[in-house]
This record gives sequence, C-alpha cells and structure tokens, in this order.
Amino acid sequence: MKPPAFDYIAATSVEDAVAALARSEGEGKLIAGGQSLMPMLNFRLAGPAVLIDVGRIAGLDGIEETDEGLTVGALARHAALETSPGVAKHLPVLAEAMRHVAHLAIRNRGTIGGSLSHADPAAELPLMAVLLDAVLHITGPEESREVPAEEFFIGALTTDLEDEEMVTAVTFPYLPAGCGWGFEEVSRRSGDFALAAAAATLSFEGSVISEARLAVTGVDDLPLRISEAEEGLMGGELTEEKISAAAESVQASVNPNSDAQASADYRRHLIGVLTARVLRAAAARATGGGL
Amino acid sequence: MSGKHRLQLRVNGVAHDREVEPRLLLSDFLRDELDLTGTHVGCEHGVCGACTVLLNGDSVRSCLCLAIQAEGSEVTTVEGLGSVDQLNSLQEKFREHHALQCGFCTPGMLMTATDLLSKNKQMSDEELREGLSGNLCRCTGYEHIVSAVRAAFADKGGDGS
Repeated sequence: MKPPAFDYIAATSVEDAVAALARSEGEGKLIAGGQSLMPMLNFRLAGPAVLIDVGRIAGLDGIEETDEGLTVGALARHAALETSPGVAKHLPVLAEAMRHVAHLAIRNRGTIGGSLSHADPAAELPLMAVLLDAVLHITGPEESREVPAEEFFIGALTTDLEDEEMVTAVTFPYLPAGCGWGFEEVSRRSGDFALAAAAATLSFEGSVISEARLAVTGVDDLPLRISEAEEGLMGGELTEEKISAAAESVQASVNPNSDAQASADYRRHLIGVLTARVLRAAAARATGGGL
Repeated sequence: MSGKHRLQLRVNGVAHDREVEPRLLLSDFLRDELDLTGTHVGCEHGVCGACTVLLNGDSVRSCLCLAIQAEGSEVTTVEGLGSVDQLNSLQEKFREHHALQCGFCTPGMLMTATDLLSKNKQMSDEELREGLSGNLCRCTGYEHIVSAVRAAFADKGGDGS
C-alpha cells in the first residue's frame, strides 16, 4: 500500500507542466489533489515514470463570473465549488451535486481539473459538465483548445486529452433565469460513488417547456445526455405521461454494469426512478410553470 | 530526480527541514520521520479516515497526500490539539461522552471535528453526521461521537441541534 518509485517534478506554470509531460513521452502523469491518483498509486494500479505536480501553479484555482458563464480554474477544490457564492447564485445544481462528492476531506483536496481528467463513470462533476454544456479549456505544448464536455468524455476513465495536454479550466454557462433544476443520487452509503445519479434542468414559457436537459451517470461508461428524452419533454406541460416516457427512454439508452454494489437491472431501475424525481424537482423549482 | 527532495514545512507550529523520497506519503512522514504516531494509518487508500490531519487548516487524508506536496504548508496532527495531561476542549468532550472505545479512529475523528468546528457556527445533526461520515469507527456505533461533537458545538455558542 505504498506508491512505487517515480521521478518528481513540481511544475511552476502550465507551460512548464505540459513541457514536462511532452518530455516524458507518455510515461508522465499530472498530480494535483491526487484524490483519485493516490489510491491508484498506493494500490500500484498506476506506475508513472514521472509525476508532475501541478498543485503549486499560481492562479489556477479561481472561480470567476464571466460573460460566458462561471469559469472554474483546474485547481479549484470541490469544497470551493460547494461553498462558492457564485456557484450558489448562478448554478445551484452544481453546489448540490458537490455535496455528494465523497467526504469532506476528499472535497477539501480533490480538484476540478483532476476529477474531469480522471473521468470516473460514476463521478458527479463530469455529470454536471455534461448536463450544463460546460466547455473545457485545454493546453498542450503547441496550442490551447476548447472542448465541449459531451465531446471530452469518451469512455470509462478515458477522455479527449492527449498525453501532453492538461485541463486548465472549465466554463459552466449560467442557468437561464427561471430555470428549474433537480439532482438525485443513490449510493450505498453517504459519500460512496453513485450507483446511479440523474440531473435535469427545465425552462418554461408559461406552462410550456421551452428547454429541457437531462443527464445521467453511474449507468454507463461515461455520463450521458439523453437527447431523445429531452426532445420528448419539450413543447407542452410536464405531465405524468411525459415523465414516464422520459424515464423509459433513459432506461433504454443506458448500459449499466453489474458489480458487488448493485446489479445492472437494479441500476437500470434506479435511473428510471431518479429521472422522474429530478424532472419533478426541476419543474417545482422553475418559475413560470411546473406541475 | 527519484532521489530525495528537500521538504520544508511546519507541523504543529514546529518548522522542519528534511530530505524525502517523492513517493513518501505524508502519513508515513509524520509517523516515521517525525515520530508523530498519533496519526493512525488504517486503509491507506482514502476510505477509513483514520489518518486525517489538517493541511493549512483543511482536513485531508494524509495517506492520499505525498509528503513533498505539503512543501511550505502548515500541518496539524492530533498531537497539536492537546496533551495527555491537558486535553483540549474537544478531546474533553470525547472523554465526557465516551466517544471512543479502542481509540484507533479517534485522531482522525478529532481532526475532522476540528475542521467542522472551525468552519461552522453550528451544525444540524444531519450535517454533523454527513461531516463525520468519511471517518469509520467500528466500536461505538457513532452515537457518542456525534454527541461529543454536538456538545463541542454547544460550548462554542451554537446550540448544535
């Protein structure tokens, strides 16, 4: 239960970090909070030749309100999002989701960039990024680029990141005025990974749904938006029939695993129940409409 | 570079200047290099919470942190709270409320509770239990630990209910 030996570099800037990654020729790994990587090192599931510590790079932990949305630096901690007034004001669904991330000591140390890059298929932050149409800011040795969250996540622990790139920030567009939201998760114990989790946002014009977003996690290799269910919700009131149809659509779209925690059938059952709950919660919170 | 790196930090207010291997865990640094064996090592993969310490005032798992990552930081361990002869107020509450049996989880519980007490004016029982949920105890059934921390909150002005 001790990490294997590795070379260690404390990067002083993003440029420094990606240059070190490029020099490591695929054998390097970034570490920040280390809350996913350290257990893998302790178990020796990971054995990088060189560990590049980005945790001391200055100015990467901000939470800024910009015209495009809330831009969160890669080194911001989960606990900072959980308690940020800007998050509470513009993205309350994100604050709620953060309360479900592991435990206090993990949230105090785990970083936003780390969670997104790790891409655990049951983690809350990737779900939020996909739900909220977040954009990831990525820097490599040659250039910087921006990638929508839905394109960033490719599979379990697999992202669009190249070996020599790092996530530097993520921008969450603000929820539209009057938009309602819901987040629901079931785990075996408080702080455990989600057996299944769902999140939704609904906007209404009068009693008519004008925008619907629905995303789920823990029930496939990556967090998924369920566009078929979203389309079915649009253009009328939120009825029990629509809720049932959305839940069935979600259950048909996902491909859950069986493991020691729960069977695939149970996860599929759960995600249908949670889908109905988040839609009802979103409608109840929305202004100008709802059940 | 896999050789030793210089590590300067403060632990319980005392400055240390050492050379460490980069793979050395903060928990092992505290226990083996500084002889601060109050920090207990349980699971070594971030599940049990026994090794919780404060890093610049925030509770963290010292088994999920490299010692070298604490460069320039202020670390507080259970030895920084009180002494055997002079328990601090939280430790007194643990004794009064019989919040420990074997004591293995107690340092981690105390450090987590210290974090909660420093950042919250008062906490509901539900919030308290959620706050302590990252620390496993196999003896007490948690009731007396919650009682002790609730009492510590009551003492500082909030009613803790």
